[in-house]
Amino acid sequence: MTQSKPADLGMRAADPPPTDAEVAVGLLSDSPLRIGRHVFQSRLLLGTGKYPSHDVMRAAHIASGTECVTVAVRRVDLSGREKSLLDWIDRSRITLLPNTAGCFDADEAVRVARLGREAGLSELVKLEVLADPLTLLPDPIATLDATRRLVKEGFVVLPYCSDDPILCRRLEEAGAAAVMPLGSPIGSGQGINNPRNIRAIKESLHVPVLVDAGVGTPSDVTIAFELGVDGVLLNTAVAQAHDPARMGAAMRHAWIAGRHGFLAGRIAKSDHARPSSPTAGTIAAGGS
Amino acid sequence: MPSTITIQLNGEARQLAADATVRVLVAQLRLPVERIAVEINQEILPRAEFDRALADGDKIEVVTFVGGG
Repeated sequence: MTQSKPADLGMRAADPPPTDAEVAVGLLSDSPLRIGRHVFQSRLLLGTGKYPSHDVMRAAHIASGTECVTVAVRRVDLSGREKSLLDWIDRSRITLLPNTAGCFDADEAVRVARLGREAGLSELVKLEVLADPLTLLPDPIATLDATRRLVKEGFVVLPYCSDDPILCRRLEEAGAAAVMPLGSPIGSGQGINNPRNIRAIKESLHVPVLVDAGVGTPSDVTIAFELGVDGVLLNTAVAQAHDPARMGAAMRHAWIAGRHGFLAGRIAKSDHARPSSPTAGTIAAGGS
Repeated sequence: MPSTITIQLNGEARQLAADATVRVLVAQLRLPVERIAVEINQEILPRAEFDRALADGDKIEVVTFVGGG
């Protein structure tokens, strides 16, 4: 379903009904999310920043069921006192996705991507080239430039980008393994500001579309998946929640609800009410 | 040959023995080799080349993963 064409959106033939056991444990059939050589059963990607503690982060990751988390590349603490974040990430279950956060031009981002690859021995990179520290909006030109360069160097590039369908198409042409349009500005919690663009991006691309940034609450995640996206990446909404582990669990339910809502195919909207019960045979209209 | 060299480590000047290598530096700092990446003068130094001698004036960056989104 991840490769569905526009005409298929919400219109695919019905799957065989799930067994009672499948329904009981929520194991409805779905294809995994594939990015490069990586295969993920969970379509929820989480960050590792802004948690009150590493222990809380680990609990939230487990509760969310995530199989992929972003990490940032920074200078080591030369005092040697800082504990390594990686001790709180079970790498047998969770894939690291190094980011280039904090970069404001393509050269810097390419340099940080190389460092991330060396430190993590992974070719995956969440490419982030921001325009300025105030808006934190991605610079589309520099992002496209850096994508081209990193693809040439063998990276599996996931560019964080504007919610512009044409830019996303260009990024796909440049060899991006997935595109990550923003829902709304980083850390803003505004949700999906431009759902029509997100849908248009999904309808015109072949690579996975992952909504990144701006998610505030579980219903935002559900809405993204109902639009047909292949995944959602979020950080602050879980990390800064009053109870991050509980919010992680809520996000897990939210993506599963949205994903299956999308696959099930929603009803068409109508301007008028339509009765759910038969209109014939009512005793009131039957006369005496 | 002078007995020490001065390098820039993550932006800070640091004196090392003239025959110091990246491996020696990393060991001094007690850093986990498998979780860091090293750049010398803006070029990645692969782990297999950590025994390369450092030179006076080298700009070294040692990075690792921290929390991020």
